[in-house]
Amino acid sequence: MILILLIAILLLGGIFAGISARWSTQLPRWISLGAIAVDLVLSARLWTGRSSSASKAWYDQVDWNWVPNFGIHFHLAVDGLSFLMLILTFSLGIVAVLCSWTEIREKIGFFHFNLMWVLAGIVSVFLAMDLFLFYFAWELMLIPMYFLIVIWGHERRVYAGTKFFLFTQCSGLLMLVAILALYFLHHQSTGVYTFEYSELLGTTLSSGAELAIMLGFFVAFAVKLPVVPMHTWLPDAHTEAPTAGSVILAGLLLKTGGYGLLRFVIPLFPHAAHRFTPVALALAVIGIIYGAVMAFSQTDLKRLVAYTSVSHLGFVLLGIFSWNALALQGAIMTMICHGLSTGALFVLVGGLQERMHTRDLNRMGGLWTVMPCLSASALFFCLASLGLPGLGDFVGEFLVLLGSYKVSIALTVFATFGILASTFYALRMMQRAFFGPNTNSWRLPDLTRREVLIMTMMILGLLWLGFHPQPVLNTFAPAMDNLQHEVQIPPVALRRQP
Amino acid sequence: MNATDTLALLPLLLLAGTAIVVMLGIAAKRSHELTAGLTLTGFAASFLSIFAVARLVPRQVTSLLLIDRYALFYLGLIIASAAAVAVLSYQYFAKHDGQGEELYLLLVLATSGCAVLVTSIHFVSFLLGLEVLSVSLYGMVAYFKGHGQGLEAGIKYLILASASAAFLLFGMALIYADTGTMAFSSIQNLPLGRSSLGLLLPGIALSVTGIGFKLGVVPFHLWTPDVYQGAPAPVSAFVATTSKTALVVLLLRYLAAGTQQSKAVFFLFSVIAVASMCAGNLLALRQNNVKRVLAYSSVAHFGYILVAFLAGTTMAADAIAFYLVAYTVTILTAFGIVTVLSTSESDAADLEDYRGLFWRRPVLASIFTAVLLSLAGIPATMGFIGKFYILASGANASVWPLIIVLVLTSVIGLFYYLRIVVTLFSAVPERLPSIERLRWGSAFVLGGLAVLLIWFGVYPAPLLNLIRATIGGIN
Repeated sequence: MILILLIAILLLGGIFAGISARWSTQLPRWISLGAIAVDLVLSARLWTGRSSSASKAWYDQVDWNWVPNFGIHFHLAVDGLSFLMLILTFSLGIVAVLCSWTEIREKIGFFHFNLMWVLAGIVSVFLAMDLFLFYFAWELMLIPMYFLIVIWGHERRVYAGTKFFLFTQCSGLLMLVAILALYFLHHQSTGVYTFEYSELLGTTLSSGAELAIMLGFFVAFAVKLPVVPMHTWLPDAHTEAPTAGSVILAGLLLKTGGYGLLRFVIPLFPHAAHRFTPVALALAVIGIIYGAVMAFSQTDLKRLVAYTSVSHLGFVLLGIFSWNALALQGAIMTMICHGLSTGALFVLVGGLQERMHTRDLNRMGGLWTVMPCLSASALFFCLASLGLPGLGDFVGEFLVLLGSYKVSIALTVFATFGILASTFYALRMMQRAFFGPNTNSWRLPDLTRREVLIMTMMILGLLWLGFHPQPVLNTFAPAMDNLQHEVQIPPVALRRQP
Repeated sequence: MNATDTLALLPLLLLAGTAIVVMLGIAAKRSHELTAGLTLTGFAASFLSIFAVARLVPRQVTSLLLIDRYALFYLGLIIASAAAVAVLSYQYFAKHDGQGEELYLLLVLATSGCAVLVTSIHFVSFLLGLEVLSVSLYGMVAYFKGHGQGLEAGIKYLILASASAAFLLFGMALIYADTGTMAFSSIQNLPLGRSSLGLLLPGIALSVTGIGFKLGVVPFHLWTPDVYQGAPAPVSAFVATTSKTALVVLLLRYLAAGTQQSKAVFFLFSVIAVASMCAGNLLALRQNNVKRVLAYSSVAHFGYILVAFLAGTTMAADAIAFYLVAYTVTILTAFGIVTVLSTSESDAADLEDYRGLFWRRPVLASIFTAVLLSLAGIPATMGFIGKFYILASGANASVWPLIIVLVLTSVIGLFYYLRIVVTLFSAVPERLPSIERLRWGSAFVLGGLAVLLIWFGVYPAPLLNLIRATIGGIN
């Protein structure tokens, strides 16, 4: 039941936040904050209430008949993987509410309505175990996100929002066709009409059909992740969205792509994924390098941070398609830590824009003397982003590289160059914005107490993940064993032992 | 024809009777309230009689009409949508001082034409229903004589509809020459796969012209934007929903088997479907007039329906039924919003009339957003379940090329729906056209339609069960 509550609280909280704006401008913020906090506490109860036997991977389930004519169930379930994603969602949800506390001054009620509903959509995506329900939630989280971008975004918001919507909708429809193809092929071989994830696992497919269906799924998740040729919506959407929108886009929406690959693509289509591995790994490495190079050449601070996402999420793709224990653990760590570090960078850039009304690196410089706390936080998250040992991102990317080394040495070497390149863009950003002379003689207020609170939370989170990642890996382990159990042939395609 | 036959025809007879009563009512006392009231009572009586008739079916009445569960389901849909149009007309004509009474008369006549079409199994009843519908529509489209656009639309519709009816008649003659009968079963029973189709194929092709014209599919779509734009908003709603529904039903009875038996017929409809999906969505991209956008989008939507029609399975018939219900609900709501926002001078059709609507009338704008998302096929609306059903029936029949075209063109479609959504939510303009209060009738209709739109989008099982019980196994 907790699972239903998690979603219902967000949906109702959104409605109440929307209505309450009639009476007070503060009320929607507190209602949203409260609803997400309650969800966070509830999901902690999932953790304490989970069954102790290690073999049972699912913590909790809800399974209702929804549309019996098609064999559609309203089936939510949570395992270690979903649980980690839930915690990330609620943490970043709180950050998103806090960081728009002063940024959003107009249409506050509708803003929080959309914010809560996009979170509800994301939670449903992480919980859905019925492919129809999954697609339903997948599409539904787009609409509030679209509104967040086109109503409260920056100058080119309509262009960016529309592009975001068209890219995801097009790839999403291809996934829907793939889901339907799988549904009918499953019926052909078993006589049962079902969208149930656990039943569709292990459907016998001809190799051509399996590859085609897998590609339908892959495209949808690759657009979200993003994988390089399909990434062009990302810099626009991240740059034009309001801060809370960027935090949710980078921290959560991209993770739904990684989650989908991990949960659906490889377990449902192990043979096709096996054949596709070389291409996926190559795309991952291209993404890592390309994102880093593009980030290096940006002058718009927010765009710079957006491109670092392309680079970091390349590691996630690399880890997932390497499909061994180390690489998968690395991928999940990268997903979580990227959510925190990039989310924090977006909050900082949003704070800068609120103060300076510009995101142009050329107009910055010497900000350290003006705003020491903000600059120090920025330094911290830049270091996290470039993979400083002791912070979470390092653990994730290091594990991915360890895992992918077993699959392909050459690609691992190239991927490592990506980490090297991240040093350049992160340090360049620090140098241009915060060090040097204050040529524009900026005089700006430093972090407010609210912002200090956000930063402290995220810094502590990254330090904890960096020094003691074991709880996360332990939580993920049973779920990972289950996923790997589905894939009997480990897709180690490029292995070349010395 | 005996008493039971007459009883089976009750819904149609009640519709025809309503037309006479309304006419006499207008002659006795010219009153807008009275006329609208009589019309709605007639529709309600006819709708309720469907449940009484349901025990008698299936029953063939003469060789012209067949009353079965399939026909009754669509009769219900047609009468309900016509009643909604009547309520919207009441709101619309209350603000025009002119004489709105005769519109109800024409509306009832057109509805009875549609009712004949959905029960028809013979070319004679087909033509009879079609002409009753068309002739009433000429009057309805050009209802405002002083209106340049309305007249233009009416004349255009008159000329094109007559021409297409002529093609249809010629097609019927050719089919009769070949088969010697005018019952639809002649085409279903004849092996279309025979090596030489003789006059049959040209006959079918010409008759498709007549049907395609009413459906507004490419290449017979040229009238749609002008008629949608020029006609009064409730009339556009009727043209878009009720009359098209009736023709789709007829098409299913007439040629559903034909597409599966004859490669040529299948190919003919594939071309029409693909062209409609592409042209409809592409032409809508550059429109700034909401009514014209809805017109082009309807071209595309009937292309989608043809995809299911071509799939030709039992599932496809169900999918079409669901899609037609979803489309009817969605479009009626859309034109309901247009009706409410229209002023006595002009219909609210320009995109600018909708700018910032959300911040002035949040409920209306939210409903309109739901409509647009439903047309775009976004989840939690009926439109999504409809599109899902069509894709499912297509996948079931493995018509992959058509499905891929559907997916890609509907992404194009998304673009212009989003454009309207953005306008609804953008900043409120300086100049504020006043918006009148909703009358309780149209508020009830709009609210009810919006609830249906979301309710069956989230929980479609009851409607799916009804469709499976009534439509299932028609082919």
